[in-house]
Amino acid sequence: METDRLDTYRQNMFIEVSVELSGAQILVQSLKDEGVEYIFGYPGGAVLHLYDAIFQQDAVKHILVRHEQGATHAADGYARATGKPGVVLVTSGPGATNAVTGIATAYMDSIPMVIISGQVPSPVIGSDAFQEVDMVGITRPCVKHNFLVKDVTKLAETVKKAFYVATTGRPGPVVVDIPKDITDPHIKVPYKYPKKVSMRSYHPAVNGDKEQIKKAVELLLAAQKPVIYSGGGVVLGEASKELTEFSQLLGFPVTNTLMGLGDYPATDKQFIGMLGMHGTYEANMAMHESDLIIALGARFDDRVTGKLDLFCPYAKIIHIDIDPASISKTVKVDVPIVGEVKNVLEQMIDLLKDHKAKPQKKALEAWWRQIDQWRSLQCLEFDRESTLIKPQFVIEQLYAVTKGDAYVTSDVGQHQMWAAQYYKFDKPRRWINSGGLGTMGFGLPAAIGVKLAFPDADVACVTGEASIQMCIQELSTALQYKTPIKIINLNNRYMGMVRQWQEFSYESRYSHSYMDTIPEFVKLAEAYGHVGMRVERPEDVREVLEAAFALKDRTVFVDIITDRTENVYPMIEAGKGHHDMKLRVATGTSTDRELA
Amino acid sequence: MRHIISILIENEAGALSRVAGLFSARGYNIESLNVAITEDPSLSRMTLVTRGNEQIVEQIVKQLNKLIDVVKLVDLAESPHIERELMMVKIKTTSHTRTEIRSLTEIFRGKVLDVTATTYVVEMTGPSEKLDAFVAAIDPDTIIEVVRSGPTGISRGENGLCL
Ligand SMILES: Cc1cc2nc3c(=O)[nH]c(=O)nc-3n(C[C@H](O)[C@H](O)[C@H](O)COP(=O)(O)OP(=O)(O)OC[C@H]3O[C@@H](n4cnc5c(N)ncnc54)[C@H](O)[C@@H]3O)c2cc1C
Ligand SMILES: Cc1ncc(C[n+]2csc(CCOP(=O)(O)OP(=O)(O)O)c2C)c(N)n1
Ligand SMILES: [Mg+2]
Repeated sequence: METDRLDTYRQNMFIEVSVELSGAQILVQSLKDEGVEYIFGYPGGAVLHLYDAIFQQDAVKHILVRHEQGATHAADGYARATGKPGVVLVTSGPGATNAVTGIATAYMDSIPMVIISGQVPSPVIGSDAFQEVDMVGITRPCVKHNFLVKDVTKLAETVKKAFYVATTGRPGPVVVDIPKDITDPHIKVPYKYPKKVSMRSYHPAVNGDKEQIKKAVELLLAAQKPVIYSGGGVVLGEASKELTEFSQLLGFPVTNTLMGLGDYPATDKQFIGMLGMHGTYEANMAMHESDLIIALGARFDDRVTGKLDLFCPYAKIIHIDIDPASISKTVKVDVPIVGEVKNVLEQMIDLLKDHKAKPQKKALEAWWRQIDQWRSLQCLEFDRESTLIKPQFVIEQLYAVTKGDAYVTSDVGQHQMWAAQYYKFDKPRRWINSGGLGTMGFGLPAAIGVKLAFPDADVACVTGEASIQMCIQELSTALQYKTPIKIINLNNRYMGMVRQWQEFSYESRYSHSYMDTIPEFVKLAEAYGHVGMRVERPEDVREVLEAAFALKDRTVFVDIITDRTENVYPMIEAGKGHHDMKLRVATGTSTDRELA
Repeated sequence: MRHIISILIENEAGALSRVAGLFSARGYNIESLNVAITEDPSLSRMTLVTRGNEQIVEQIVKQLNKLIDVVKLVDLAESPHIERELMMVKIKTTSHTRTEIRSLTEIFRGKVLDVTATTYVVEMTGPSEKLDAFVAAIDPDTIIEVVRSGPTGISRGENGLCL
């Protein structure tokens, strides 16, 4: 009897401790247990044990990029499109530093990512060892959190914590730096992936304060000229459905930030376009004249507010954000509500439905008449008769050809603004761009990440001839992993956004905003094993785009030679307020410039 | 306005640099900062003195709270509290000045910790202004060095900054 019991005990013990794994195996197994589908990475000395463990399994698929920056953007694109964390693996030293731009990009836009970096072996840390950099130190200001793993028995728990921190609260990238000795294949320890972790120092807020929410609802019902200003937080917080219901219940106009596009269906009549520096006339004027702004998951960025003293002079402001530090950071608000936007909107919707009072019908009708008058200015109209290809026209055609249902990634510059203005996003997570850091080189690798997540969807990367060259090497990755994307290169032979600023503020001294040599992109695409197409006449744009998207299983580089003098309008120049926009002249072709 | 922020933080390598890095990256000023382990070895307590208008200090507090390693914090300046700073001063002495420095030290309730033929080391604790006053009372030419800890503080009454 006694021995029996001992046996059972031993058996139980055995089950508990039977899984003995090396650090490398623990990492891979943890990713598997976390449900990770893809890791984007690049090998090197400090991560060789890890790569050997990856080789011996196939649950977690590794995508070999051509530059570590590409790995971070691809993981980021995957995260933005799916809402799941993106995972990156890089080696120590140069591998780690190459990843930093992508980490900062994700940080600025609050994208959940876990970045595993190799580190030199623990005993030599701090000795300027081969390929040693202080990754924890370098990334500290551009991560939500980072860890240096010092003990293999803590590895699984640290990985769990990294995913937990990255994906909860205000999301963000988390770096896990792992010294090589921690992944030693000869040192095995018991493995158990924690189902849950809690951290005494980390408690993201969820529910908004009930009293504050009530106060907000009273203000909403009394508002005469309200505007709903929603941002990336609604995408991140999966609250589009609630936002749409909320807005339609109230009948208020909705504007989105660059990061919020898709929060609210762009084709709906209550949508008044993007706001801010390159926002629509109606959105910016409405903000300026408004008496009540409700900001949802938006952070009052300087591209949005313009000059702070002139921002929304007549409005009371309600702000809902999960990060208390976003609230009253640049603009002091009247009703701060810290919480998950989805949860807060649900509460507001309930209160509104049960409320005796209804929104101010008369005042709202007058408000909409005013907004429609601003709309009638048609601030996004452009010259449709031009013999040159207008970039705006290309985006309109892209929208038509993809039936408004593509995932659109972009780089940074004028093309990014045109994509944002002319592609009408009806769903969240379709518009994938670097807003906060504004990282050229983001678009192509991001598109690869998106296509891996949604192999059957149309994925377009709207880019410029300067931006695309920053991560062009990822064309090779696109071939290897068969991720057929369409690159829409708005080739204006200028760093157009830079040129535009130089035109407006530096008397057209185009200092280094163009390149004397630009590659033949068609040949380049072919050299990488893809299809290249070039368009020079407006009448060919539609046909070529259709041909490109018809090639379902090929990556196509569509090089479109556009009007190189075209500018992005409207524009609020530095130091101006929302009501003070530079607009396109009505007849405007290439002479849009002298214009108030 | 001067604020004295007391922080309970995970006793982890790098925790201090997260706080210091936050202040330099965001351009907040630090007048003084001290840190030591608490009775619970997994926690450190930091006391940080900063200045700024209400909006800046509100951001400082929020940004500190946002650091994952920060467990809790309190702005002691908001309620009744006690502040103490430790100072040691090394002073050049002569047979003429010794008595005077000793009596000054007594007035300020300090202690002479070390005596050589030509120097005294005086120890003193108290609110920062008292230490300032002591230093001001001594002939600057005779001061060899001044070492100050920066203030630490604790709130009055039953409430405490603990888990
Ligand atoms: C060339 C260029 C031009 C630009 N021009 C413009 C422009 O004209 N207009 C414009 O709008 N932007 C423009 N931007 C982008 C701009 O720089 C900012 O990136 C953008 O405005 C920030 O968007 P956001 O306020 O929605 O905040 P995001 O960066 O998306 O931040 C999200 C906010 O939501 C919060 N949040 C996250 N999750 C949740 C949740 N679950 N619940 C509640 N809150 C949550 C976060 O704490 C954060 O405060 C431009 C960028 C570039 C590169
Ligand atoms: C990595 C990086 N370097 C520099 C910049 C500054 N910058 C912003 S837009 C731009 C020009 C982009 O040119 P292009 O890709 O051709 O786009 P266009 O504006 O012509 O559409 C530059 C250099 C940046 N955003 N990112
Ligand atoms: Mg260009």
